[in-house]
Amino acid sequence: MLNGATFIRRELMIRIVRAFDDGTLEAELDQIPIKLRPKNSAASRCCVYHDRAILKYRLMAMLGVSVEDETDESKSLAAYYAEKAWGGGTNETKPKTPLSVCGPACSGCPDAKVVSTPNCRGCFARPCVYNCPKKAISIVGGQSVVDQSLCIKCGKCITACPYHAIVKTSVPCEEACPVGAIRKNEHGVAEIDFARCIFCGKCFAACPFAAVMERSQLVDVLAAMKRGEKLVAMIAPAAEKQFPGKIEQLLAACAKAGFGDVMEVALGAEKTTEHETAEFVERMEKDPKTFMTTSCCPAWVNLVGKHMPDLIDHVSLTPSPMVYARELVKAKDPDAKTVFIGPCVAKRSEARRKDVDYVLSFEELGAILAGRKIDVIACEPWPVERPANPTARNYARSCGVTDAVLAEATAKIPGFKLNAKQINGIDRKTCTMVTLHASGKIPVNFLEVMACPGGCQNGPCSLA
Amino acid sequence: MDKIKVEICCGTACYLLGAASLMSIEDELPAEVRGKVEVEARTCLELCEKENLGGAPYVRFNDTEIMAQATPEKVLERIVELAGGDA
Repeated sequence: MLNGATFIRRELMIRIVRAFDDGTLEAELDQIPIKLRPKNSAASRCCVYHDRAILKYRLMAMLGVSVEDETDESKSLAAYYAEKAWGGGTNETKPKTPLSVCGPACSGCPDAKVVSTPNCRGCFARPCVYNCPKKAISIVGGQSVVDQSLCIKCGKCITACPYHAIVKTSVPCEEACPVGAIRKNEHGVAEIDFARCIFCGKCFAACPFAAVMERSQLVDVLAAMKRGEKLVAMIAPAAEKQFPGKIEQLLAACAKAGFGDVMEVALGAEKTTEHETAEFVERMEKDPKTFMTTSCCPAWVNLVGKHMPDLIDHVSLTPSPMVYARELVKAKDPDAKTVFIGPCVAKRSEARRKDVDYVLSFEELGAILAGRKIDVIACEPWPVERPANPTARNYARSCGVTDAVLAEATAKIPGFKLNAKQINGIDRKTCTMVTLHASGKIPVNFLEVMACPGGCQNGPCSLA
Repeated sequence: MDKIKVEICCGTACYLLGAASLMSIEDELPAEVRGKVEVEARTCLELCEKENLGGAPYVRFNDTEIMAQATPEKVLERIVELAGGDA
């Protein structure tokens, strides 16, 4: 979804690509915040100077520098840029944590609470008073008042009020986080607890101040291209409908933008389907009462690893489509560097573990295409050896993995039956659903989990 | 009377910066201007050079008039104005 936050991020990315290509990035970097917010222009925050300070941090994150690691406030962007060792995909250049919170951008939203507004008419029926299980609401001077020491934020009064007079205030990042990994520190600024964080990117997408920033590898990729390294663009199945035009045209656009080769990650998904189906059948033969859960969503794998240790043995051991895609690339050309391009924050953490050299978001790819004046719809379709299987291309949708495994198994085993359930988006409620399945209260033998509602196509870095 | 020509820039920069929301404008035309308007999706109109990037997405009316930071509401309003002026 486009909003002020996504607009500024995309504008900055496109500016970075253009300046990089002009060879003026180092000289221009520190000018960008001033050019975007000249004095006497309209500020988005308290003043243009605050805006400029945050723009600087955004650019830092786009250079791949952790905003949280800043030690010298006076250090220029040019200095960060010059200092950065363009090691080309070595672990040092890979961000350790894909997300960071920019303190000065965080608004320090007040803690969530249920409050009465002047919409209250002090009515006769007083459904708020009658429906409150904690007797937290009273009428004072003809207006409802919520006693914060009693309120448990159940929301019954909110639904009961016919005037919509009672509202719940929100801390969007905390509300979005399914695992309670982001909260305010002693300075009242949001902070991510990386021991808990599963890198689902929900806080990144939710923050209305865009204070959660992705540490980008955009400039690393541009620099590697300039050094003449062969980079292979591996386009995630979620790419469909992200850009105007067909997948084959997007592949062609990537090749035109400077990637040495291009491929659909859906080709890797075909292998995931094959192996995951075989693994599932084997597990069921060993123990018909057990269940298996999918392994292609990295945020889900992180969730199990960090918060649901009892489930680890149930997670499929089959590698994700990205990992198989990397193998396909390396089999063809062992020296090629791999670049996964998708809508996902958590893939950055998986890429680090699985030796994928770089990860770009669709936004970052879009910035490269925009910077280099490449229109996807104007590209002749890339001559793929063969298009990926439709079930593999469907991996980016909720139910997609289930459908693929079911199709594969029924083709091989007559009368094959699958008792599948889908967790379509990870949040606190669906985490409870997972435990119900795990404990056998709601029987299932194949549990597909996608962190993003609707599947990867609605990932935190999707364009559509 | 000539049709009002509306060109929506669908270059990647404009697309990323909001042109995606302008794609369905033809379906949203009010009844009184339908048939009087020709909406075209165009590849990059080259209006987003240098400091003009923040003006994206761009829309061009009748080959000459350029609208920056176009939104569906602004474009529809201008179409109705142009149609009214000619009537």
